[in-house]
Amino acid sequence: MFPIVAADWLGPDVKRFCIRAPRIARKQKPGQFVIVRIHERGERIPLTIAEGDAQTGTITLIVQGVGKTTKLMNSLGAGDAILDVVGPLGRPSEVQRYGTVVVIGGGVGTAIAYPTARAMKEAGNRVVSIIGARTKELVILEDEMQAVSDELIVTTDDGSYGRQGLVTDPLRERLEQGEQIDFVLAIGPIPMMAAVAETTRPFQVRTVVSLNSIMVDGTGMCGGCRVLVGNEAKFACVDGPEFDAHLVDFEVLAKRNAMYRPQEQEALRRFEQNPQPDLELVQHVCKLEEQCERLAATQKTE
Amino acid sequence: MEKLTPKERMKIPRQKMPEQPPEARRRNFEEVNLGLPLDVARREALRCLQCAKPKCVDGCPVGVQVKEFIELIVEGRFEEAAAKMREDNVLPAITGRVCPQEDQCEEQCVLAKRHDSLAIGYLERFIADYEREHGLLDRYQRATPTGKRVAIVGSGPAGLTAAGDLVQRGHDVTVFEALHEPGGVLMYGIPEFRLPKKIVRQEVDNLRRMGVCFEVDTVVGQTVTIDELLNEEGYGAVFIATGAGLPKFMGIPGEHLAGVYSANEFLTRVNLMRADRFPEYDEPIFDCRDKDVAVIGGGNTAMDAVRTALRLGARRAMILYRRTEKEMPARIEEIHHAKEEGIEFHTLAVPVEFLGDENGYLRAARCIRMKLGEPDDSGRRRPIPIEGSEFDIPLQVAIVALGTGANPLVQLTTPDLKTNRWGYIAVDPETMRTSKRGVFAGGDIVTGAATVILAMGAGRKAAAAIHEYLETGQWAEFQMSEAR
Repeated sequence: MFPIVAADWLGPDVKRFCIRAPRIARKQKPGQFVIVRIHERGERIPLTIAEGDAQTGTITLIVQGVGKTTKLMNSLGAGDAILDVVGPLGRPSEVQRYGTVVVIGGGVGTAIAYPTARAMKEAGNRVVSIIGARTKELVILEDEMQAVSDELIVTTDDGSYGRQGLVTDPLRERLEQGEQIDFVLAIGPIPMMAAVAETTRPFQVRTVVSLNSIMVDGTGMCGGCRVLVGNEAKFACVDGPEFDAHLVDFEVLAKRNAMYRPQEQEALRRFEQNPQPDLELVQHVCKLEEQCERLAATQKTE
Repeated sequence: MEKLTPKERMKIPRQKMPEQPPEARRRNFEEVNLGLPLDVARREALRCLQCAKPKCVDGCPVGVQVKEFIELIVEGRFEEAAAKMREDNVLPAITGRVCPQEDQCEEQCVLAKRHDSLAIGYLERFIADYEREHGLLDRYQRATPTGKRVAIVGSGPAGLTAAGDLVQRGHDVTVFEALHEPGGVLMYGIPEFRLPKKIVRQEVDNLRRMGVCFEVDTVVGQTVTIDELLNEEGYGAVFIATGAGLPKFMGIPGEHLAGVYSANEFLTRVNLMRADRFPEYDEPIFDCRDKDVAVIGGGNTAMDAVRTALRLGARRAMILYRRTEKEMPARIEEIHHAKEEGIEFHTLAVPVEFLGDENGYLRAARCIRMKLGEPDDSGRRRPIPIEGSEFDIPLQVAIVALGTGANPLVQLTTPDLKTNRWGYIAVDPETMRTSKRGVFAGGDIVTGAATVILAMGAGRKAAAAIHEYLETGQWAEFQMSEAR
């Protein structure tokens, strides 16, 4: 049982959760993730940790509602609880002093890139952040990214905010102008990460991406998250989630991630038609307290 | 009727286990074996010759006092029979279902020489079920607390057994489980139709009642390290029983295609996550209805996976195995049950490539025929590919069940824990002591993938050694050369 301490919307369908998970908060490092199961009939999904605070014993997760489970999660708020939160899982980002580091976040990927950007800054790097979104209201964590970056560039596909275009545009310009870039981290939708990999490849700039493959246990036990990296099967959960972008087979990743599309659509359709059965399975902190009090009362009467 | 002569006893035929008929069970997840009725169990118990020097107990990795509990069944003292069994086996309802008795206690049975062996497994299950169904599980008393704390990493058969033995000696036991429910392989690996999850939950609840504390959602090595358990959280000893979790793949082209699973993933989705009940439960699984499914491998896990696929509605469910049926490591009972249900067995064949369609879904397996050569290290005849014998089998789902390797999560964050060259933890085989003071290990993470009962045997051994260590504080180092 992991109580939600606070929750707020960052944009349409994008919600930030502060969750009490002291053990995870104490151990987590940038780049790691948790596996979440919302209620007893729920699936297990991986979510990257956006922040952890050992002092308060809380972690921050930023969730984009795209499928049933993420939309269900986004319907929860402070006082609700998540049944299972497991982690921190995966290897942390390799943070060191590279020189100039470009951190690229696409959509909700910005939330995942943020802790690593901050760690890179703290490690003494010059950090250039590029965050992109489809449209203005989907740009998230701009202030937070600004605070940990020497430079921040915002791009939107439709030009409604920042510069119009893709995140790869400013990256390519800088590389072509001969700017010294020592390390690139790109986190976002698969086509974006693939595009960043192709942009930096001719310049031989070390580029790392964080892969969001389908997982069950998150500890290396099932192998469902396997991805092809340098033509070798790797488990995103224990060997990753970060890999050398120039070695990742993004096409295989995209196809594997589409594997359950019919089931995902059916689950979402049913949830949107009637969310009640799921909401009834969600635990609430207040309900639990009530239960405890009742239990204590019965024990006294015995 | 108890006063039978040995001759009369030997005249009684081995009693048959009632089963769900194959045509019904192949499409449901209900248990296949239904359990012996009381009168049949007593008749079977009468077959026991009550040997002066029983061999059966030597065949049991946890040393169940077979002769004694059988005699109590004959006398109709079922409650005492259950207690007798529980002196050595904390999970009898589980071992009574999944132990390969034919290779253990029953193989040693004196009756096996001239007749059929005593059905010890059936009787073990009978007595465990009797105990549970009569609400007798909560009669076990908590021992006087010693104030010593033990952390157990992993809640599979080795962890649960050690927990049971240690809590009975009065230690304060916490079991850490990475998944959201305790039970390990009993929960995620073995299907409902062989081992109902209700039974695993009841055995776990029984341990809870005895005082064992379970902490789920905790990945030792990640959420908390062994050193933190010992130095910061006040545990006097740690028992690592994480199992051999890492699935092996074949490393052939096309293994990344959608529709290709490890047996671990396929079984976990169904057993633990209940994907068979999608969309009532959220976890999806590839829709097997009217599909062709092949499982690669010949062990118990392969049988579990192929029979699960059949129950999910597969049109064809087949086993692909590179040797012959004779070399299959699966229990004969499992092979027999699978065949009754209509599983196809294709032996002397192995996939060399998985072929996909343009969307990345599996459409066929390219296989090659094999012949048997000379025996290899395992004593089984080595399969040799026959050149030019390739053929394609249309498939939409392929499940790789070729065993598992050591999961390194605990070892990675515990550098002073020595491992062998396959990554398994090195221990002193007598005491399960590792190279790190206060830390013990047992089960598949030491031996590589084996059986439930062998893991339980390791759990027992470790529990005894942990108890001794906690009482005396003495830690004898062992030489790595002694380690296996």
